[in-house]
Amino acid sequence: MASIPRFRKLCIVEPAKCSSSLGSESFEKPKGDEKQSLESPISAQKVKRDKRQLPKKEWRCIDTCCWIIGYMCTTWWLLLFLFNCLPANLPGLTRLPDPPGARLKREGLTALHPVVLVPGIVTGGLELWEGKPCSEGLFRKRIWGGSFTEIFKRPLCWLEHLSLDNETGLDPPGIRVRAVPGLVAADYFAPGYFVWAILIENLAKIGYDGKNMYMAAYDWRLSFQNTEMRDQALSRLKSKIELMHLTNGQKKVVVVPHSMGVIYFLHFLKWVEATPPMGGGGGPDWCNKHIKAIMNIGPALLGVPKAVGNLFSAESKDVAFIRAMAPGLLDSKTLGLQTLEHAMRVFRTWDSVISLLPKGGETIWGNLDSSPEEGHECDSLKKRQLQASLSNNKGNNSDTKRVFQVKELTKYGRIISFGMAASELPSSQFSTLASKGISSSTGNKSCGNVWTEYDEMSQESISRVAEKKAFTAETLIDLLRLVAPKMMQRAEAHFSHGIAENLDDPKYDHFKYWSNPLETKLPNAPDMEIYCLYGTGIPTERSYVYKLSPSVRCNNIPFQIDSTADGSSNGCLKGGVYFADGDESVPVLSAGYMCAKGWRGRTRFNPFAIATYIREFEHKPPTSLLEGRGIESGAHVDIMGNVAMIEDVLRVAAGASGEELGGDKIYSDIMRMSERIDIKL
Amino acid sequence: MSFLRRRKAPENKKAPHPEPEPDVDDDDDDDEKKKNELKIKEKIPKKSEKRVKWSCVDNCCWFVGCVCTVWWGLLFLYNAMPASIPQFITEAITGPWPDPPGVKLQKEGLKAKHPVVFVPGIVTGGLELWEGHQCAEGLFRKRLWGGTFGEVYKRPLCWVEHMSMNNETGLDPPGIRVRPVHGLVAADYFIPGYFVWAVLIANLARIGYEEKTMYMAAYDWRLSFQNTEVRDQTLSRIKSNIELMVASNGGKKAVVVPHSMGVLYFLHFMKWVEAPAPMGGGGGPDWCAKHIKAVMNIGGPFLGVPKAVSGLFSSEARDIAVARAMAPGSLDKDLFHIQALQYLMKMTRTWDSTMSMIPKGGDAIWGGLDWSPEESYLSSKKRKQRTNATEVSGEDEDGSMESKATSINYGRLISFGKDMAQVNSAEIKRIDFRDAVKGSNVASNTCRDVWTEYQDMGIGGIKAVAEYKVYTAGELIDLLNFVAPKMMTRGSAHFSYGIADNLDDPEYAHYKYWSNPLETKLPYAPEMEIYSMYGVGIPTERAYVYRQAPSSECYIPFEIDTSAEEDDEDKCLKDGVFTVDGDETVPALSAGYMCAKAWRGKTRFNPSGIKTYVREYDHAPPSNLLLEGRGTQSGAHVDVMGNFALIEDVIRVAAGATGEELGGDRVYSDIFEWSEKINLPL
Repeated sequence: MASIPRFRKLCIVEPAKCSSSLGSESFEKPKGDEKQSLESPISAQKVKRDKRQLPKKEWRCIDTCCWIIGYMCTTWWLLLFLFNCLPANLPGLTRLPDPPGARLKREGLTALHPVVLVPGIVTGGLELWEGKPCSEGLFRKRIWGGSFTEIFKRPLCWLEHLSLDNETGLDPPGIRVRAVPGLVAADYFAPGYFVWAILIENLAKIGYDGKNMYMAAYDWRLSFQNTEMRDQALSRLKSKIELMHLTNGQKKVVVVPHSMGVIYFLHFLKWVEATPPMGGGGGPDWCNKHIKAIMNIGPALLGVPKAVGNLFSAESKDVAFIRAMAPGLLDSKTLGLQTLEHAMRVFRTWDSVISLLPKGGETIWGNLDSSPEEGHECDSLKKRQLQASLSNNKGNNSDTKRVFQVKELTKYGRIISFGMAASELPSSQFSTLASKGISSSTGNKSCGNVWTEYDEMSQESISRVAEKKAFTAETLIDLLRLVAPKMMQRAEAHFSHGIAENLDDPKYDHFKYWSNPLETKLPNAPDMEIYCLYGTGIPTERSYVYKLSPSVRCNNIPFQIDSTADGSSNGCLKGGVYFADGDESVPVLSAGYMCAKGWRGRTRFNPFAIATYIREFEHKPPTSLLEGRGIESGAHVDIMGNVAMIEDVLRVAAGASGEELGGDKIYSDIMRMSERIDIKL
Repeated sequence: MSFLRRRKAPENKKAPHPEPEPDVDDDDDDDEKKKNELKIKEKIPKKSEKRVKWSCVDNCCWFVGCVCTVWWGLLFLYNAMPASIPQFITEAITGPWPDPPGVKLQKEGLKAKHPVVFVPGIVTGGLELWEGHQCAEGLFRKRLWGGTFGEVYKRPLCWVEHMSMNNETGLDPPGIRVRPVHGLVAADYFIPGYFVWAVLIANLARIGYEEKTMYMAAYDWRLSFQNTEVRDQTLSRIKSNIELMVASNGGKKAVVVPHSMGVLYFLHFMKWVEAPAPMGGGGGPDWCAKHIKAVMNIGGPFLGVPKAVSGLFSSEARDIAVARAMAPGSLDKDLFHIQALQYLMKMTRTWDSTMSMIPKGGDAIWGGLDWSPEESYLSSKKRKQRTNATEVSGEDEDGSMESKATSINYGRLISFGKDMAQVNSAEIKRIDFRDAVKGSNVASNTCRDVWTEYQDMGIGGIKAVAEYKVYTAGELIDLLNFVAPKMMTRGSAHFSYGIADNLDDPEYAHYKYWSNPLETKLPYAPEMEIYSMYGVGIPTERAYVYRQAPSSECYIPFEIDTSAEEDDEDKCLKDGVFTVDGDETVPALSAGYMCAKAWRGKTRFNPSGIKTYVREYDHAPPSNLLLEGRGTQSGAHVDVMGNFALIEDVIRVAAGATGEELGGDRVYSDIFEWSEKINLPL
């Protein structure tokens, strides 16, 4: 009963409050006078008394909070509204230079050759088609790429769905995760983080659209041949290229692969020629008929050392750095977080990672004592001096370089060494241990469920791995076979990392050699052109200093990068990682060697003398914030926004040849490095 | 000051308050105290406010803050809640939820077999910008059509400009490239939350379908069908994709599922793919037999839709007419420089594809002045048959059978004035409009840049149109030729609306006949199956009562006469629109006739005797608005894509079933009866 009038009163009071304050705004002075005069003495006194008794704070605190939040929200919305109302280009703001697409359009370039984009590892989106109950509601939502919100919401579920079957390297039962098709697959990796978007936009400026541009999205977790087995990705790519060739007036296609996409496309080139059960049955002249040029961006042709770090201990420079900064953050058992272990468990099931292991063994990557890159200057200061003098005096700077060279040579060839000392000692001082002498005696440590294959290794064999001190690119494969036998067994059915002695050997018809440029011949396509476009001038991981993990416990990775190892020598060693020139992920050697030497001219890897061009892009950090990730960046992914690179791609797509672009454009020592590699061509 | 007065007022009232409530005497004192306390409590904040000088702005901020905090709190709780809770609750209320058909059939052991191709209809496919004018900055590869339609509000004129095609060629205007979105995302959802294909896709995925076995044949639905090939090579893409899917799925033929206008588009495709290379795809006469297992047309406007006529004629349909009746002037007022309908008309008239849906077959199909195939149709009779179904619109069911005597002249697709729609044809005096002189309209200069061809017509022409009184399907084409000559010349190069006398005439090799089922032969593919699946039980626009718009200066001179309404339920006349059985957009006649009669058995339109099946889905509105959304038994044109029975049919066929195994025909409407009335040599 009583609640009704009470409620009514509340209703009456609410608007009164507002109107009163309105009044107080407009008539500040008179209101104060009237208040005193009007208030009847009795009620006023009563009110005053009560007011003193009741504390007013209990209301105030929440009230103020709400007020602040409301204030902020309102201001935010207001600003947002103003921002939206703002015309797109304020006249006062400094404007970025014209995008290359617009500039080249004015020059009169128009779309000519259809373009195929082949994304690399990690950058392509993956979506869920069938999952376990924990993934309810994620049907056809991205679980890789996009905003990654599911990692935080249900991390274990997410990991489970991203893993592949450990035995087959295909889908685990009941889970189907598939590549996102179309240009959206890899235009942006996460919102705002472009991968292909800028290139696509510039291509569109000169007339490209959905009918003459195709993103060859594939499931980058699978081994290359499995993408065909499971998804018919290679068949689709073939059919798409043929269709575009046909509908665009018999114009050949320009293929632009990036990162791992480069070796994926290499695999495709061989696949399409091979006969049907294993290959695509396109015949030996398919490539010549359909492909004008392959413009490899940041190609990982000979593999990347980073992949070793990932497979061996699930860490690379960045992770090691974090671990050094906040020890225990990633490993602390107390929080139940075993981030690295989980990560390792997942991506050891991804066969494709193994395609990125360094190829060519010691011949390419150097042995215990020498490496093609030795003599590389890492000190950023000198680097800059070098750059400055590069334009004026070439002879002069090579003199200075030689001075440093004499002092000490970084032994890049030792891709993994245990302890800083081991990475610097001359090889003669090593206790000789047969590379395959370590037996993997299985010592089960009764750890509930086995996560990584390290759990199956005995403590003894782990320490004997560490005693071996140093591993080169060749012994590395043996090492991985030892620490992860199942993974390597699975993967070696799909990938090979050697150098072919005799390319005509019929065994090289097997698909596992197709993605290794050192074990395949390029197709019979004399009119085709191959470009290697990559960034230089960024320190790139080349070899690692490892140590045993301090704590030995269940489900733990027994090795980690020794981030205390900091080099005095010439600045190439930092946080346990030796750096060489490259684009932050791929060393120059891997990206450039094939185009600079292995395929240059008529060699046994390139029997039909396909023309190759090297286009390097010197890294320059963005000058202003407006540029975002830089328009002259040389970093592995950011190079896709490099205006010079985009211009090259556009010109070739519009019909230019490599000669018309200006042939090679080299900033690094790639030519000299290539000369040092002793390989029969 | 008002503050003080108000504050005191309740206090004075309080004193006499207890007296009128004698029945609660005991508690009165306590109550009074409580009230006083409360009063005081309420006053205190006010006092403190005054000290800090809280203004209205502060109060607003406080309020906004409160709302935000509560909202975030709820949002957080909602997100923290395990996903299964809402389902758990609903199951507790309504009992166990029926399994979606995909899950049910998966349990039955059905597996993905034949690759599936979707062909979206008009309007439902997304379009994105590839090149635009200055005003469209920042919209590169953003959806202009579909998605949130945010740009319509932000820059309406820019949007209209980019969505329009060139008035002469029907292709892109210079400097603008708007292209269809590719992939399943093109038409899974039209706008966020409004599914089109998404439910079907999700259910197909349950039995094992995925990207490689499903393909959305997205095309630019604004273009005429042949132009999609000329500009985008869309037909070639579809051909290549079907071939690829068939090849990579072990030679299993494809099941094609077109919807709405996609049905006509695919009809065009089947002729195109057979035709030799310059005009066609060069697939040879047995391409369809080799690559297609079944064509499962959903809500197909084989013979056109009357809605398209009103859309082209006055850019309105029933919905818009009703809106206009509710708030006259809101759509037409020049006051805010909004001429929404005029702009809309200007835009839609540049879309050639809308002309593919003008009623085909003329009077022979759609009825003449005095007869129509559906003339015996009674909406209330229909409703009575469905005794257990819930009421469609809450109207009384007292419709009596006696009115059957005076049947509706559905054949008069457009009539000026309600009387004209009903009187005997002998009484109608018609003055032929075809020779009427179009006066040069002085007013056209003042109409800004709004372009509709009505400005060229002049008062005389408009009068002549109205004088003719009644238009049948055949005369309608002449009418459109008269009021929109430019559009129709463009359109007639791509579409044809007649009936072929002799299908072997070489004239019919031209592509403009390919999308008209009455002027083409089905391909030679005796093993193929054609399904016609559509919803029934919803009143569907069939004929219109028009009137001249009051002011005909810058406006569209005709509008639907929303005042024309019949009290008698059986008349099916409401808001100036005669309705008939159908799926809200396509009348059952148009959707079903070809499969029910013209293609049934070996006819001249179907020389190889392709089997046809009619599958109707009776509309039942969602029983529970909150949980079912747009209904699992809906028969509406787009919502039928979420109809469980239809989805089950599609899945069964995709998994290998034949039409016989589905149960052959499934008919609720009078489609067979109506088909018999149509006198067409077969």
